[in-house]
Amino acid sequence: MENPYLPIPVRIDKVTIETEDRNLKTFRFVYVNPADENRFQYKAGQFGELSVSGKGEIPIGIASSPTEKGFVMFTVNKVGLVSSALHDMVEGDVMGIRGPLGNWYPWETLEGKNVVIIGGGFAFTTLRSSIVMMLDPANRGKFKDIHVVYGARSPGMLLYRDELAAWEARDDINMHITVDSAKDQPDWKYNVGFVPAVTEAKAPKGDDDTYAIVCGPPVMIKFTQPVLDKLGYKHDHIIMSLENRMKCGIGMCGRCNIGKDFVCKDGPVFTLEQLNKMPKEY
Amino acid sequence: MRLLQLSHSDLTRGVEALRKAFRVEAPLPERDHFVFGPLPAGAALDLSAANTRLSAKSVIYPASEKMLRVSLDPAKEDHHVYREADKDYSPRAVLGIRPCDARAFTLVKPNFDNREYRDPYWVRSYECSTFVGLACKSPCSTCFCTSAGGGPFDTAGLDVLLAESGEGFIAQVLTEKGEALAAAAGWSAAAPEGAEAALSAMKAEADARIVSRIETEKIPGKTILSLFDAPFWDDAAFACINCGACTYLCPTCWCFDIQDEAHENEGVRMRNWDSCMFPLFTLHGSGHNPRPNKTARVRQRFMHKLKYYGDKYGGGIHCTGCGRCVTHCPVNIDIRRIASLMNGYEPDNACAL
Amino acid sequence: MTTQLTENIRKIAARLLSEKTVDAVIGFREGSVPLMAEPVIIRDPKDAEGLVFDSFCGVNLANYLPGRKERIGIAAKGCDSRNIVTHLVENQAKRENLFIIGVPCTGMADRRKVRKALGGDVSSAREEGDEIVAAGPAGEVRLAKKEVLQDNCKTCTHRNPVISDEMAGEPVPEQEGVDRYADVRAVEALENEARWKHFEEIMSGCIRCYACRNACPLCYCPTCFVDDSKPQWVGKSLDKTDTRTFHFLRAFHCAGRCTDCGACERACPVGIPVRQFTKKLLKDCEELYGWEAGVLPGVRPPLDVFKLDDPQDFIR
Repeated sequence: MENPYLPIPVRIDKVTIETEDRNLKTFRFVYVNPADENRFQYKAGQFGELSVSGKGEIPIGIASSPTEKGFVMFTVNKVGLVSSALHDMVEGDVMGIRGPLGNWYPWETLEGKNVVIIGGGFAFTTLRSSIVMMLDPANRGKFKDIHVVYGARSPGMLLYRDELAAWEARDDINMHITVDSAKDQPDWKYNVGFVPAVTEAKAPKGDDDTYAIVCGPPVMIKFTQPVLDKLGYKHDHIIMSLENRMKCGIGMCGRCNIGKDFVCKDGPVFTLEQLNKMPKEY
Repeated sequence: MRLLQLSHSDLTRGVEALRKAFRVEAPLPERDHFVFGPLPAGAALDLSAANTRLSAKSVIYPASEKMLRVSLDPAKEDHHVYREADKDYSPRAVLGIRPCDARAFTLVKPNFDNREYRDPYWVRSYECSTFVGLACKSPCSTCFCTSAGGGPFDTAGLDVLLAESGEGFIAQVLTEKGEALAAAAGWSAAAPEGAEAALSAMKAEADARIVSRIETEKIPGKTILSLFDAPFWDDAAFACINCGACTYLCPTCWCFDIQDEAHENEGVRMRNWDSCMFPLFTLHGSGHNPRPNKTARVRQRFMHKLKYYGDKYGGGIHCTGCGRCVTHCPVNIDIRRIASLMNGYEPDNACAL
Repeated sequence: MTTQLTENIRKIAARLLSEKTVDAVIGFREGSVPLMAEPVIIRDPKDAEGLVFDSFCGVNLANYLPGRKERIGIAAKGCDSRNIVTHLVENQAKRENLFIIGVPCTGMADRRKVRKALGGDVSSAREEGDEIVAAGPAGEVRLAKKEVLQDNCKTCTHRNPVISDEMAGEPVPEQEGVDRYADVRAVEALENEARWKHFEEIMSGCIRCYACRNACPLCYCPTCFVDDSKPQWVGKSLDKTDTRTFHFLRAFHCAGRCTDCGACERACPVGIPVRQFTKKLLKDCEELYGWEAGVLPGVRPPLDVFKLDDPQDFIR
């Protein structure tokens, strides 16, 4: 019987410090047994459990895109016991990953549609996965207009800064990068302002063919939702990814439920229409 | 289904015979109560307990078990690569389990064994077990199994059901596993004519002795949000001290925690029972807690048992009416009281959000 | 039959609520199972009719005070009142927010002892004078209450509240000449190895449900040391060392604060005599510092303060 708790061994291939506070690092893993890559076939929006031997596991969204082969990538915020231990690890170290877990952004529904990605802070990881996947030459034709609103406290707190700059330069994606404040950064050439305000100013109006994917801290979500209402997005066209404390990641350990649904197995992706019928226990 | 007649000495001899082919687990006395555990060599089967203090779930799903092991020694070739912990899944006979506890496994199964994932520890442990139940002829005043979908002679989840009768037992052999166990025990004497009728009469009598009830009939017709937002939760939860006694004694509570432990260069990944009563259960790394207070945690426990479970898995409640949480709650929180609050709750305005 | 004590508690509670002296009253309502009563909070004077007090009200209501912001009326037995005194000293409650309804107590029935006396499930129980009338497998039995008291009640010397704003009944005579530490002396007399074994045995079967801790009015720490993850002091499995660490450290944390109310032992679902962990410390505090917890309002417990003449023979 396959053991869904057994991590796949991976080796840390590259560690990138993402933010100026050094609290976010991106870990690129390669498989110790290359054949294991086939066991980790994922879609943008899914997550994995990162396993640090002797310390424990943490659920983290997959930041790499399914179109990127030979490795898998996670961006981890240093918060607790396991993430702190992970931050102390170095290239070449062996650890484990489990997954892919959870559902994904509804790519089947999104084909042929305009996609508006709205992200804030360090909740941009599965959104990076989504953007890279959609921009892949094999996929770009499947989607209509792509808009991205992404904000952080300051320019130095934005994730994936080189890629953001590269996407800005392209004409098949509309980037709206913003920071809360750019003081001390005279070279800052993008937006200044909170994500909800930039969304209101730059995002397209809602219609049957336009979906928003929203991922960010609770305060951003709280103020973005009325903006999307105002722009005419129906609640089944607003897609969100949730977080709750998790252990097993496969719907068994019982802690991440919101009403009858498990965030780990039935989610983490829900439409706002679904969430409206669920208790606010997230 | 086949009916056998067993004398007390058939039972005793059978238990000894079973030891050759099975690991035998049964109720064992501990302090003022009984708990399930491996029947020590030479010990006789003691079926005098009304029920064990802790449910039989610990037989299949121990309070604490090793899942994986890992070497942290860089000199070892597979260091930092997790392996399955060694386990014994040889045949096991679970003797003297009450129908409520056996039925509980059938309620828990969809969590551990479903089309998306199979929990190998629970599944293997369950599949290697043969359950020999003991019908309840003298149920307790806190038993409410008949309104929870079961009964004192319920056969769900059992392979054999023993019912005390006259100078021995009538054994109902219910499954192929049960047949194999009966053969290994040397139980073969067919029950005398009229045993089936005697069994029905005993069952009817035992059913009638269960006078306590849980009211849940109207809960499926209510929405999750209307019950969640009902006004009674604060008062219902007041007495609760958020200990884990109810959840740990419960035969259907399945929640667990996963913890790594390391001693020098040896690491293990453990799973330990956990409880929705504990604040830590849902605490985010950021410090945010989606169930920040006692009321939220009590509501989760009862909503899960009486509403979420039925909505998710299609009918029924996640409770077998064993009454342990009622009897042993230190502050007298009573699932029957909460169920009747939920069952009787009618929001003033059904259309309100 | 409603006792005079219950009647008086109801009257006082109704008056406090209708005159708005307090916002809520914490007391007991009739239990849903024999030998139990459920702690309850009421805000409407009409609900005072549901309050009860009898020998089944063993829960320590002081446990429900920390964190409450309203003005509270609380029915307090002797031990509850001592834990209220401790709460006041430890800033877990404000005196001006409390109205203490003093309840003289003649001890609480131990439901396990009644069960044992009946030889099985107790289907009903009531109190009649000095007797508990309980029905079990063999029918109705009259038990002398003093035979089925909780162990801590048997040796209690503070049956009357040490602090109150209004008494719900005449004070009861305090027990005199009780030997409070016979059990501790028996353990003290054991050789080290036997003593270790004694504690191992009483701890066996612990399921780490924390009912003892959570029933204890002293255990109000926002995060208990067993729940800390950075650093993690104690493992979470049923490893013996971890279980021991929990019980022993908790006991030491209660040293000089424990009132021997018996809440821990009463709450334990698997019958661990939890007071065996705390009682030696009670005895030590009495012998070393002449101290009884929760008896002197406003005085901090001895391990909470430093005095030059503190005994220090035990420091080696």
